[in-house]
Amino acid sequence: MAGFDKIVSSYEEAMAGIEDGMTVVSGGFGSCGIPENLIKEIYRKETKNLTVVSNNCGIESYGLGLLLPKRQIKKMIASYVGENAEFERQMMTGELEVELTPQGTLAEKIRAGGAGIPAFFTATGYGTQVAEGKENRQFNGREYILEESITGDFAIIKAWKADRYGNLVFRKTARNFNPLAATAGKITVVEVEEIVEVGELDPDQIHTPGIYVDRLIQGTFEKRIEQRTTQPLSATTGE
Amino acid sequence: MALSREQIAQRISQELQDGYYVNLGIGIPTLVANYIPENMEVMLQSENGLLGMGQFPTEETIDADLINAGKQTVTMVKGASIFDSAESFAMIRGGHVDLTVLGAFEVDTKGNIASYMIPGKLIKGMGGAMDLVAGADNIIVTMTHASKHGDSKLLTNCTLPLTGKGCIKKVLTNLAFIEIKDGKFHLLERAPGVSVEEIIKVTEGELVFEGDVPEMQF
Repeated sequence: MAGFDKIVSSYEEAMAGIEDGMTVVSGGFGSCGIPENLIKEIYRKETKNLTVVSNNCGIESYGLGLLLPKRQIKKMIASYVGENAEFERQMMTGELEVELTPQGTLAEKIRAGGAGIPAFFTATGYGTQVAEGKENRQFNGREYILEESITGDFAIIKAWKADRYGNLVFRKTARNFNPLAATAGKITVVEVEEIVEVGELDPDQIHTPGIYVDRLIQGTFEKRIEQRTTQPLSATTGE
Repeated sequence: MALSREQIAQRISQELQDGYYVNLGIGIPTLVANYIPENMEVMLQSENGLLGMGQFPTEETIDADLINAGKQTVTMVKGASIFDSAESFAMIRGGHVDLTVLGAFEVDTKGNIASYMIPGKLIKGMGGAMDLVAGADNIIVTMTHASKHGDSKLLTNCTLPLTGKGCIKKVLTNLAFIEIKDGKFHLLERAPGVSVEEIIKVTEGELVFEGDVPEMQF
């Protein structure tokens, strides 16, 4: 009885059906909350000509950066792509097409895509390169630009806990784009640190309801830190 | 004397008010967090999805799942909240953030700002900067007044690709505190020991002032 049981038994099964030329929407901010093992599986499968939608494109040899050396990404839609020399090289030579998108607009494009809203107006980017070729309209005396929403053939997500129905809970700022991306995939694949029994997650505390989730797998995570900033123990008052 | 990075942050901290929600950009703006007056409650918003950002963690409390928008490991203050990126920019775009402080390469007399791209040289992306300048009403831009070669960064027209159009009203440089109004730079305050003439010399856009321009107080 499969019913609402979203659990798959391998990463191969988790990413089954991904093909060259597809669009993949990924959660994560920097290296925080990225679906690192699902990305590794795309790397292993050598799927090519992908359009990838994610706030960033990883760093060299980690996260989405893994997909650069074998030229698996054709087009990247992101808000910030610094700190990655190979990315910069491919962008400068034109091997990689890049659509720089303001972070809030990117989040809203994905949210709207998942919510069945094809486009929205925002003031963000008005009068800048981002607005080129886009419709302008005035509301209450202010100029806005029309931004189209985004959906993907696959959405790849990292959450903290899930039950087998695919109800998800994220942890701290590893949430970021993940709940939005989860709504925007034709097939949404989620990897988590822990799968708990149905009924264990408090319905009031679930961040992403299982209706958005198609496949679920439990993994182990490296969780690399990009900017390790600390202070001496005596000086801290946080958390 | 031109202001140090710390003095710039300190001067900005005088613009904080009790109960403010504040977004601080990467670089000098981040330093403002060190100068929040002790008798004041201020919540720092980090656009990756955290309201109530605390200090850096210790080696013992470091957590890969808790970073700020500069991807640095941080902590949360008591009463902090966590949300997704769409919610975070709803706060920003919806005008709920009381003060935004961010850096720039250039600003001009029309309130335009260029801060994210130098064509052919630096193409890293705008991150959340375009949303912040479009969404916030109260923005302070911090930057050095002129480049290392002495070229003014306060211009009649920005030369680099814009981050936002007509959205900047206040600029604090290492030499001056300036308001942008009616298509002109208005000199409000000068750095201690820096003359009005010195400021005029490195301000390409039209600069006006009334009477004796006061020195900044610390």
